[in-house]
Amino acid sequence: MTGGLLEVDGLGFRHADAAPDAPPAIEAVSFSVPGGSLVAVVGPSGSGKTTLLRCVAGLVRPTAGEIRLDGRPIDGVPDATAVVFQDYGRSLFPWMSVADNVDLPLRRLGLAPAERRTRVSDALAEVGLAGTEASYPWQLSGGMQQRVAIARAMAYRPRLLLMDEPFASVDAQVRADLQELTLSVWQAHGSTVLFVTHDIDEAVYLADRVVVLSPAPARVAADVAVGLPRPRDQIATRSSAAFVELRARVARLIRR
Amino acid sequence: MSLALGATDAPGRVGRGLIGVAAFIGLAEVVTRAGIVNPAYLPPASSVLGTTGRLLVDPAFLVHVAGTLAAWAMGLAAAAAIAIPIGLLLGSSRRVRDASAAAVELLRPIPSVALIPLAILLLGRGLDMRVALVAYASAWPILFNTIYGVRELDPLAIDTARAFGLGRSEVIRRIALPSAAPFIYTGLRVAASIALILAVSVELIAGGAPGIGTWMLANSGAGVPRELLYAGIVVSGLLGLAINGLMVAGERRLFAWAPRLRSRL
Ligand SMILES: Nc1ncnc2c1ncn2[C@@H]1O[C@H](COP(=O)(O)OP(=O)(O)OP(=O)(O)O)[C@@H](O)[C@H]1O
Ligand SMILES: [Mg+2]
Repeated sequence: MTGGLLEVDGLGFRHADAAPDAPPAIEAVSFSVPGGSLVAVVGPSGSGKTTLLRCVAGLVRPTAGEIRLDGRPIDGVPDATAVVFQDYGRSLFPWMSVADNVDLPLRRLGLAPAERRTRVSDALAEVGLAGTEASYPWQLSGGMQQRVAIARAMAYRPRLLLMDEPFASVDAQVRADLQELTLSVWQAHGSTVLFVTHDIDEAVYLADRVVVLSPAPARVAADVAVGLPRPRDQIATRSSAAFVELRARVARLIRR
Repeated sequence: MSLALGATDAPGRVGRGLIGVAAFIGLAEVVTRAGIVNPAYLPPASSVLGTTGRLLVDPAFLVHVAGTLAAWAMGLAAAAAIAIPIGLLLGSSRRVRDASAAAVELLRPIPSVALIPLAILLLGRGLDMRVALVAYASAWPILFNTIYGVRELDPLAIDTARAFGLGRSEVIRRIALPSAAPFIYTGLRVAASIALILAVSVELIAGGAPGIGTWMLANSGAGVPRELLYAGIVVSGLLGLAINGLMVAGERRLFAWAPRLRSRL
């Protein structure tokens, strides 16, 4: 399997503190993410989605197989990836203002201070939070906090954006808004997104392809191409026959 | 914005507190004036307050206050300088924590005042001895709160910073230390009160150099007006109140972001 911006090749992972006779969290997962695409990973709870994402982010080292970015095996945290986690309350830093949260990853890029300020305010404007620079994250609503996390990731201009169930803790209306936001920044920046979710609807709605994981230990149960036309629309796309059919197919694959 | 509630509420609380204090003083006054308690044991509150007021502008007395505050400040600073780094180390390494647990459990129950005679033997009756004892007693809350603060570190916060490419030292400086800081400060706040208790206790027992305790010891004999002793007690109480008030105000200012302190309504 070659040619993707991201290639996950025979990935296996066993937690160091797991029981010796327990199966590994991930067993031989392979898929690739072409540059510029949005690929969703779905799987039942506990199937190893977060573990997979942590391997790709370089936070933990795979115990088998290889992950390549631009054809080079990753060794440690790659330079060009950004993350958005589900738990915005814990991944934004409460002692920093909104602007400082967005700025933190930019500090090590060697940018001029003026450039950093522009990037921060542009990113906040892009997610609809212009003027919140001096606020603290905990003064914002949950949906706004997750927008800050998305702004932080976009200001970093990653080649690969990793998202782990980013919208699982917000209510339905906010989730729809954030899905639209994700699609619009993805398209505006031509970035590549690996989107982990257990929400089949969300995966099919957002993605070019859906990688379906089996229950633990994770294997790729199916790799489904989503041919739905873009731009997608919360109401029209979701009520189309093709969407309903795809969603049912993925649901059957997961349940199997 | 999050402090608005506390701010509007504060005058009311302070007002009620003052009323309570005034009532207490009034009661003490009545009790002695009415002859219910022998004034030789408890002088009238008004004359204790008058004496306190005079003492607070008396340079000879203020030298003693300065002596106590010097031991307090130096002891607290020494405690922080020792306990914070050790706490960071113990908090971040399970192995070091396990290895030191027995020693800590052995030392901690020793009442600090029990060390006074030994400290006098080793260090004399001067400032060194006082600072050493104050530091010993106030190091414990700083140590335990620092360990706790480090252990409370959120792994997801660390992962987020690491995933954005922050190196180990940056993660420590920008994430680990700021998030442990409110806990460390709580340790300092508790230690500040303990340090004052220790400073005065040591003076009361060891005497020697100027200090409120030394002064009280000198004014506790027969023939000395009792007002003086009571005024000394009032002054130490006021010092404790001021120190705690300043530490709490500092906490609100510095750590308004800490979940424990922010009241979000
Ligand atoms: N620190 C750990 N030590 C040992 N086992 C772990 C650890 N973390 C996770 N696991 C195990 O690894 C497997 C995969 O966990 P993971 O969190 O990746 O699943 P997930 O698909 O993200 O689940 P969810 O949908 O609930 O978020 C689970 O069986 C879990 O119990
Ligand atoms: Mg997960």
